[in-house]
Amino acid sequence: MRVDPVLLAATEPGGQPIHYAAASGVFSLSWLVIVLPLAGAAVLLLGGRRTDRVGHIIGTLAAAASFVLGLVLFATLLGRDGDDRALSQHLYSWIPVNGFQVDVGLLVDQLSIVFVLLITGVGTLIHIYSIGYMAHDPNRRKFFAYMNLFLASMLLLVLGNNFLSLYAGWELVGLSSYLLIKFWEDRPAAATAANKAFYMNRVGDVGLALAIMFMFATVGSTSYADVFGAAAAGVIGYGTLTAIALLLLLGACGKSGQFPLQAWLPDAMEGPTPISALIHAATMVTAGVYLIVRAGPIFDGTQAARTVVVIIGAATILIGCVIGCAYDDIKKVLAYSTVSQIGYMFLAVGLGPAGYALGIMHLVAHGFFKAGLFLGAGSVIHGMDDDQDLRHYGGLWRYMPITWVTFGLGYLAIIGFPGLSGFFTKDRIIETAFDKGGTSGYLLGSIALLGAGITAFYMTRLFLMTFHGKPRWSSEGPAAKHPHESPVSMTGPMVVLAVGSVFAGGLFVLGHSLQDWLEPVAGTGVEGVHTFSPVVLTLLTLVVTAGGFAGAYLRYQMRPVESVARPDTEVSLVTFAARHDLFANTFNETVAMRPGQYLTRFLVWLDLVGIDGLVRGSAAAIGGLSGRMRRLQTGFVRSYALSMLGGAVLVVGALLLVRAG
Amino acid sequence: MSADPTLLLAQAQKITPPSIEYSSLSPLLIVFAVALIGVLVDAFATRGARRVIQPILAGGGFIAALVAVAVLHGRHAVLASGAVAIDAPTLFMQGTILVFALLSVLLVAERQLDSSGGAIVASAAITPGSKGSTAQQTSADMQTEAYPLMVFSVTGMMLFVASNNLLVMFVALEILSLPLYLLAGLARRRRLLSQEAAMKYFLLGAFSSAFFLYGVAFAYGFAGSVELGKVADAVGAVGKNDTYLYLSLALLAVGLFFKIGAAPFHSWTPDVYQGAPTPVTAFMAAGTKVAAFGALLRVFYVAFGGLRWDWRPVLWIVAILTMVVGAVLALTQRDIKRMLAYSAVAHAGFLLVGLAGTNTDGLRGSMFYLVTYGFTTIAAFAAVSLVRTSDGEASDLSQWRGLGRTSPLLAGTFSFLLLALAGIPLTSGFTGKFAVFQAAIEGDATPLVIVALVCSAIAAFFYVRVIVLMFFSEPLAEGPVVVTRPTLTFGTVGIGTAATLVLGVAPQPLLDLANTAATSGFVR
Repeated sequence: MRVDPVLLAATEPGGQPIHYAAASGVFSLSWLVIVLPLAGAAVLLLGGRRTDRVGHIIGTLAAAASFVLGLVLFATLLGRDGDDRALSQHLYSWIPVNGFQVDVGLLVDQLSIVFVLLITGVGTLIHIYSIGYMAHDPNRRKFFAYMNLFLASMLLLVLGNNFLSLYAGWELVGLSSYLLIKFWEDRPAAATAANKAFYMNRVGDVGLALAIMFMFATVGSTSYADVFGAAAAGVIGYGTLTAIALLLLLGACGKSGQFPLQAWLPDAMEGPTPISALIHAATMVTAGVYLIVRAGPIFDGTQAARTVVVIIGAATILIGCVIGCAYDDIKKVLAYSTVSQIGYMFLAVGLGPAGYALGIMHLVAHGFFKAGLFLGAGSVIHGMDDDQDLRHYGGLWRYMPITWVTFGLGYLAIIGFPGLSGFFTKDRIIETAFDKGGTSGYLLGSIALLGAGITAFYMTRLFLMTFHGKPRWSSEGPAAKHPHESPVSMTGPMVVLAVGSVFAGGLFVLGHSLQDWLEPVAGTGVEGVHTFSPVVLTLLTLVVTAGGFAGAYLRYQMRPVESVARPDTEVSLVTFAARHDLFANTFNETVAMRPGQYLTRFLVWLDLVGIDGLVRGSAAAIGGLSGRMRRLQTGFVRSYALSMLGGAVLVVGALLLVRAG
Repeated sequence: MSADPTLLLAQAQKITPPSIEYSSLSPLLIVFAVALIGVLVDAFATRGARRVIQPILAGGGFIAALVAVAVLHGRHAVLASGAVAIDAPTLFMQGTILVFALLSVLLVAERQLDSSGGAIVASAAITPGSKGSTAQQTSADMQTEAYPLMVFSVTGMMLFVASNNLLVMFVALEILSLPLYLLAGLARRRRLLSQEAAMKYFLLGAFSSAFFLYGVAFAYGFAGSVELGKVADAVGAVGKNDTYLYLSLALLAVGLFFKIGAAPFHSWTPDVYQGAPTPVTAFMAAGTKVAAFGALLRVFYVAFGGLRWDWRPVLWIVAILTMVVGAVLALTQRDIKRMLAYSAVAHAGFLLVGLAGTNTDGLRGSMFYLVTYGFTTIAAFAAVSLVRTSDGEASDLSQWRGLGRTSPLLAGTFSFLLLALAGIPLTSGFTGKFAVFQAAIEGDATPLVIVALVCSAIAAFFYVRVIVLMFFSEPLAEGPVVVTRPTLTFGTVGIGTAATLVLGVAPQPLLDLANTAATSGFVR
């Protein structure tokens, strides 16, 4: 194996050969982080109706215990040296033989512990919230069981020390997401949405599976240490590396709802709102970002794949923003906002080591404020008798003050109000995009900047239409609404998340704390030349954001809002397109679904005529043979004895023949 | 020739009694002693007391012997004047036999299966079809002689895998077989079928024993001794021209192939497995297979190891025949116990594939496979005994229609066991097949592995067909019911299923154990 020293220096982020310390002490307990929620799920599912009354408490306690253990691990990691914070634990090997090594193990490092804290922390809060939100649902126990299952799967995804564990977690989160989207399965829309999410995720999953097979074929292992070591040493050819990276990206796009696989995410909002907050905003949909950062050493070796990541990120920012402006369903707007915010993260991580930490930073900050926004939306929906239409809201701030304040803080955080989370994390992404330099840098920077403006517009629209202006509902008549504040179990988590959305960004950015923390995993970007000075760019971003805000204020606060949306025939072409998800579904139907159906029909035909013919033919042949041979089994001892004698003659004859030969 | 009495006396004085290392033989001696005590208990205890004492005695004996086996680990010696060899493979197989015997005792001791009692007949001597015969079906009594018979059989099995001398091996073969012939005839229901099975098993068993005994005689003919080590020396010395040598090998092999149920010596298997009481079938399928394979391995590796290039082709032919016959004939079976019997034949073929690699890995793989297959098959037969109609077990496949709807737990468990028998990953069936096939490929037996894979595919068809029948057909109106009271049987199904799962997911500890045993090898 020849290693080019120049290439080595250029491709290896940390400059260190990949080696993880063996887990000991408290880290040998890291498997418990996964097992606790898994046990919770098992107890609730196997316990059945008997655990109905305490189900929510068991579920919440399992999540909280996992969070506490995560905190302990984090604190212990803090006490260790910076280079010594990656601990790998070998759990077991499944039939090890030469050339076929399936080891299962865990990796606790700076990156995975951030995710563990996010998943279990936000997860616990949302468990608490769900106690109130699902209080009247007869299947609340099942809901908590599925949520625990999701936590365990997601933790397996981020804690595995090899791509196979990641894949197992990846599929399991897909399963729990499916189960939770169709939780109210008596609603046809929920069942359809769950199926759609499942199918579109399969497209991405195939990519991930193929990538893992490629790795196995080239490197002979799927463990992070081996694959990244090989990638950094330049053992994998450029073509193969790019193929692996692009296939990983396909998987990431599917899970994270990125272009061209974004259409399932808004439909997934048919699930209960806590699920939208936990799975389809804060954690699962960010798994794609995790995958790209984790596989950094692979993406570092292929500029081509990285360019594709950036393009997808930028395209998704715009798609999400534009569609977000057109919807009247509060959760769908938030869903498209999630799509576009994850676009920012993809853009960041596509920029290479300079952006890895930024992407993760925005991811965590987004986890807080988007979860808070969804929980706020849930509180509003709860108070408005399950009505999700923005046009039926208005003036709610008076009736739900806590929701108003917490939602407001989340809203300010996402549009990047100075001092709040989004301000720090999103600005840095825009800045880094410009700093890429050249035409592409300007283009990407401008798109990110434009996205910030549109985000301000549609989020302001959402906020004003919900909480301000004249009420467009009435407290009398057949469709009477009695908006009210939600119980403490719901507002409590909202308050915590609001506090998080205020401070998280500043906490991460000031003093480069999170960036330094992640440096051993994510590497550091070279401090390049700034295209614009940070101050100028910050001001520019603020101006654009203010523009978006002003536009929405003028349109939705100064002028009355119709309580019924204008029909499609009377709106502009852009709005029409945006209302129809920029024809993504139509596109999918014509490009993927119809040809897919024709292909399926063709394959079914081929299967029936060709393969089934072959199979049935051979089955019939073997069956016939079986029937004929069966006649030898006469039931008479004499014929059995004769067959034995024949066999003995055969054995003796064969051996004597061998001897003669 | 007249003998001088004084000379005879002098000669008699010269004979020194062989030294017996009782401690090293303790597992065997414990089980043998328990069998003898069992006979006494049956003679002196009251009817009711017997049904309590016997299973406890047998189970306790097996556990004590297991402990003794564990204590003996690492022993590597030929004992009792060359009659018995205690080495790592022997102890591994003895331990395995004891575990399976323990599980089978649980099944025999089950009394909650019917309104009447267990699977063993109340009084075997009553003529089937007579008045007393129908009465005894519902009698709470049982023929408690089954327990000592089983324990004797286990003694034979443990001696069979340990014997270092062909004559001792023959004696062990008879000790293990004779009680089984009797046990096969003790089914409570369908007495005629059971007696027919016993008769057939006895006749054919006697036939095969004769072959084995002739093999022993020929071995003595060319080697001048029946000790395996001396036979091996003679194999090295006589070269390849001795017809006796090949005749001996062939006839010994025939006797052993009969016991493992390899084709074309398998024809007894379906009839006996179907007719025998299900706990006995489970015991035979798991225990006898281990014992016969242990002896086969010892004969082929120790005594005739020098001839391996000569017996390999024969082994190939027998392995292929066995797999094909087992897999193909199982396809058209309508009785679930017969289907499992043919599946046992096919599995014997897969085991021979591991043997055909003639390397240490093959030894390791075969031993591992025996453990995995034993657990799964005991659990499967135990599960079969739970599905009943008023006439006893509902062993006809058509009666299992739609069982997945009415008893999802049992049908699910049984499906899992069938998948394990088919060798689907994450079950022990997969890891076992993987171990033997890998060894065979390393031993240059790739064509054999290809045949084995094709047969696995054919076999998968009839396993999955049962699953389809259970889950995708409408249940019968007057279908069988799954009895819910039998705790012991449920325990056995649970243990077997758990072992199947654990050995599929985390096979490493057992593989390591088998590996240690295989690399330490047979003592000569």
